[in-house]
Parts: sequence; structure tokens; C-alpha cells
Amino acid sequence: MVPEVFRVERRAEEFPGTFTLHLSPIGMGRVAGFQPGQFSMLYAFGTGEVPISISGPSDQGSGYVYTIRTHGMVTRALENLREGGQLGVRGPFGSDWPISSLAGREILLVAGGLGLAPLRPVIYTLLSRGGGSAVRLFYGARSPREMLYRDELVEWSRSMDVQVSVDQAERGWTGRIGAVTDPLAATSFDAGKSIAFLCGPEVMMRFCIRVLLEKGMPPSAIYLSMERNMKCATGHCGHCQWGPSFICKDGPVFRYEDIRQWFHIRAL
Amino acid sequence: MQTFILQAEYLDRLIQAIRADGYQVLGPTLAERAIVYDEIRSADDLPRGWTDEQEKGYYRVKRREDDAYFGYAAGPHSWKKFLQLPRRPVWRAQKSIHPMQITAVVEEAPAMAFLGVRSCELHAIATQDRVFVDGRYQNDSYAERRGKLFIVAVNCTSAAATCFCTSMNTGPKVTLPNDLEMTEVIDGENHYFLLCSGSGKGERILRQLPLKRAGKRHREAERDSIQQAVKQMLEGPRSFDSSDLKELLYRNYESPAWDQVADRCLSCANCTMACPTCFCSTVEDTTDLSGEHAQRWERWDSCFTADFSYITGGPVRPDTRSRYRQWMTHKLATWYDQFGTSGCVGCGRCIAWCPVGIDITEEVQRIREAEKP
Repeated sequence: MVPEVFRVERRAEEFPGTFTLHLSPIGMGRVAGFQPGQFSMLYAFGTGEVPISISGPSDQGSGYVYTIRTHGMVTRALENLREGGQLGVRGPFGSDWPISSLAGREILLVAGGLGLAPLRPVIYTLLSRGGGSAVRLFYGARSPREMLYRDELVEWSRSMDVQVSVDQAERGWTGRIGAVTDPLAATSFDAGKSIAFLCGPEVMMRFCIRVLLEKGMPPSAIYLSMERNMKCATGHCGHCQWGPSFICKDGPVFRYEDIRQWFHIRAL
Repeated sequence: MQTFILQAEYLDRLIQAIRADGYQVLGPTLAERAIVYDEIRSADDLPRGWTDEQEKGYYRVKRREDDAYFGYAAGPHSWKKFLQLPRRPVWRAQKSIHPMQITAVVEEAPAMAFLGVRSCELHAIATQDRVFVDGRYQNDSYAERRGKLFIVAVNCTSAAATCFCTSMNTGPKVTLPNDLEMTEVIDGENHYFLLCSGSGKGERILRQLPLKRAGKRHREAERDSIQQAVKQMLEGPRSFDSSDLKELLYRNYESPAWDQVADRCLSCANCTMACPTCFCSTVEDTTDLSGEHAQRWERWDSCFTADFSYITGGPVRPDTRSRYRQWMTHKLATWYDQFGTSGCVGCGRCIAWCPVGIDITEEVQRIREAEKP
């Protein structure tokens, strides 16, 4: 499976080392329909590919949006792309957030760090549907300056309950300090009618799940997105093996009820 | 399905008939003091009169007392090297033109004939088929090679000490589809092959050979020969009940046995390279000196490397304990959930080629014993 060629339409620096690319197809490239939660393989010419979740709206046929943190060689090469620059895209791959089962539920979105990116398409979908569902977003960032989508968070807070917390505060920060589990524990919801989507570091999700279960949420109502270093994204390379699952094709979004036997095994 | 007799002196006629049909014949040959798979141009290339002695971390070829062509057990190579290539180009990219071009590398796959595929190896190929052909996405290179493949299967009539196909229900009698099935029989001065075809392609080859119809005596000799391999394994130290392996390993993720094996395992990846079903791969991206042309390569990889499970923040499996546990649990347990079958075919390669002599059947036993109160 060969990547299709895209160009960087717009590039936004979220904070140093983390950036968002808006891509549109060129040449033979095309935007395949995707579902919130799915990911693509982004190819930096001659350097390699990385799996990155799609963080833009799914109802817009014009392009893909990805939020990327620079960590290795490939993400560094992607960071160096400027508007007009070209890259390859394969996908979309993997499972998606169960958007269709949100109707009539209280919705809890819990994101840690870059984990907000794969949840943003869910937020866009919910916003485009208008009111009807009670939506709460819990977002934990490392520090106030390492916060994604700052302007949008303000905008979203008009239509949903947005609770932001930071691990470490800076001068001028008047919001919450501490783990994202604290505001989650402080909230009250109808456990039988609610559904939660989690995305962030595994340790964060582990603690959040404990909080949700203690509050009576059934394991069948908790969904989470897992991260592994996929090389092929088509179930062939074996790099994303996780117990009986391949994260690239059975995930990245899993229902906690289905994977709870595996989720707590360290170094799986 | 009719069974025929081909006298051993005519074995080369079989090889030449397959070659004349346009196949590159690949089979066992003696090289670097091992029996390995390579191109076979005539019956003279086969390891006639050779066998092997195998144990934990031990493999030696030695002379047989007879002139058997297929009197050896699984060696260091498996057929996967011809189907899932150890290293292959996947795509080429060029950025000197606008827009940048990325093109798949499509290679004309040769029509290959595998000569001497054992029952465990047929199971291994079928296992890899499930990974590369039967899923939602295909590995085109594998599928192309596999699609053209001609298989001459050979029933095992003797087993190495490391063999345990009877425990994994994968042999020694050939049961999976093939083009030709052979059994080698040496009965005093009489050296012959029982042959039957399993496909139209096989039938066409058979028709070109000087065959006689097999009699009751021949078929009994065949049955006895295969039974001899069965007996060797059943009486050997590596016979065990594999029916509960999945459940056993699923409940033993935290067994102290993993710490014990981690003390010995070098995390060298030999077992994964020798294994005929291990399918993991990674990619390499290269550019030329101008920086205008790039290429992507796929090559075999192993879950024993630190790099394999690397994600932001470090490898998910940081130590040998977690890597050996991943390998063995995948092979014997999670494989069932992924592909509906075991990932182990009982060929014993991982046992013979482990430099420190770790034996997967012993490790199963160790886990079982550690579970006892």
C-alpha cells in the first residue's frame, strides 16, 4: 500500500514542539472518508512513516488535519515541513469512537496531553449536531503553555462543560492544578446513562478508569484509544501486538469491557 | 487418489519435469554443514545419505547408513524466506518532480516449486497465509509468490529429537493440500518413493514419470515408515498435551517462570528468525546522495529487539522477561484469538537454534509446574 501525496495547506504551532498540519490532496491523492478515532500513516520523504490520529472534522471532504508532537526523526522531518510542503498519507486505519451510540447519553470526554487530538473530531461531530447531549470535557495538560487548541477550548466551553487542569502551573494560571482524575472524581453523572471516551497516556487512562468504575460506570460504557508504534498499519508487521489484539486493526479505539483482561498487564 | 511408485533412480526425472514446467525448484541441499533450502537443479543437489542430529542449542549433520534423499529433519532455513522475503523494496519515491511521486515496487514473482515440504511446514505456510493473504489487507509480494507456488510434500519417516509435531497436531503425515505428496521408502536394496498428486498441476507432472502402481506391500511400508516417526516423537521427551496451552498461558502472565527464562535468554532473536511462522517485519527508509530519490524497504524483524516495541517514552517491553513472554504467549496462545490456530507447528527449530538451549516445550512444562500449589 503506497502513500498518496498531500500538501501542507496550513501549519499551526500549538506550542514549541507540537504543531498541527492541515493537508489537502495533490496529484492522485484523495481524502478518504474517515471516522473520528482513526489514524493515518504520515510519510516524510526519505525519513519514514509515523501513525498519527486524525484530529480534524470528519464531515469535511476537503482535507485531513493532524496534530503532531516532535519526538523522533520522522516527526522532526514533519515539523520542518512548511506550507506548500509535501508528504505522503496512507489510511485511514483502525477502529473509531462509537459516535452512533452517543444519542441520549451523558458524554464524558477525558483527554491527557496530546490525547485531546484524537478526541477533537468527536467534539466537532457533537457540536455540529447541536444540543441534546450533556457533554463534559476533562482535559489535563502538562502546563498552561503546553495546551492544545487554546482558542477552541474557550469556544467549546460555551456549548459544553470544559474542565482543564494542569500538572504544573505558571504565573497567571488561575485554573485547576493536579491530575485529570480530580475533576473527574468530583463530577457527578448518571452512571447507567453515561459513556466515556478516554485518550492519553496509559497510566492516566488506568487511573481515570478506576475513578469511573468506582462511580458505577459499567466497563461496557468506557472506551479508550491505545498507542503503539505501527509500521504497516495493515496487521502484517506485528509491532502493535497487544495481547490478542493488533492495535492497528482491532484498535486503536477499544471498549474497556473487551480489553480489561489485558489493560492492566504491564509490559504486555 | 491413486498412489504410484517411483524408483529412487528416477527422482531426477521428477525434478526435471517440474523444471520443464517453468518452475524454479527449491529444496534441501547440504551447505555450510547444515541442510538448507536453495535452488535444486538436479537430484545431485539433494543431501543424499545425510541426516542431522539435533538437541537444545545443537545441530550437526552426519552421514546416514543409507542413501535416503529426505532423511533429515527441519534445518535452520524455513520456506518463509522464499515467500516473505527477508528484505524487499516496497516503494520508491521521487521529489525532483512535482508533485512528488511514490510508486509501488512491483516485482515479477518467480514460479517456485518447493521440493520436500514437511507436514509441519505445510502448516507453517498455511499459518502465514492467514496473516498475509486471508486478512483485510494483503501482502502483495507474498500473495503473488504464494499464488504461483507448486508444493511437493514429503512425509516424515524419522524425527529429530527436537521435533514435536505430534504434540501440535501438525504431522508427521501430510494432511494439508499440496500438488504432489511423496514418501521415501528404503527396504533393503529397494529404494523408492510413493507418489500421489493433489492437484491438476501435480497430475500433469506425474504423467511424465516412469511410474508403477503402488501395491499393498508398498502402502504398508509407507504407513510403517511414518509410524516410526510418530513413535519416535511419542516416546521422546518433547511429547506433551497442547490442548490447554491458550488457557495455561492466559492465566500465567505473571508466572515466576518468565523470570527464570529471562535469566538465560539472550534476546538474540534467533528463534524468531528460524521459526517458520514468525512474520514480524519492520521498514527502512533510504535516500540516495542527491536526496531526490527515496526508497522504502521491508525486512524481517523480531519482538526480541528493544526497538520493536518502542513508543514515545521508551520500549513497551523493556526487558527480556516481557519479550520472551510476548513471543511464547503469542506463539502458543494469542495466535489462536488472532488467526484461529496455534502459531507453533512443532518443528523444533527454535530449540535447536537457541544459542543457550532454551526449549519451548520445557518452558511450557515449567509454567505448568510453577502453577502447582
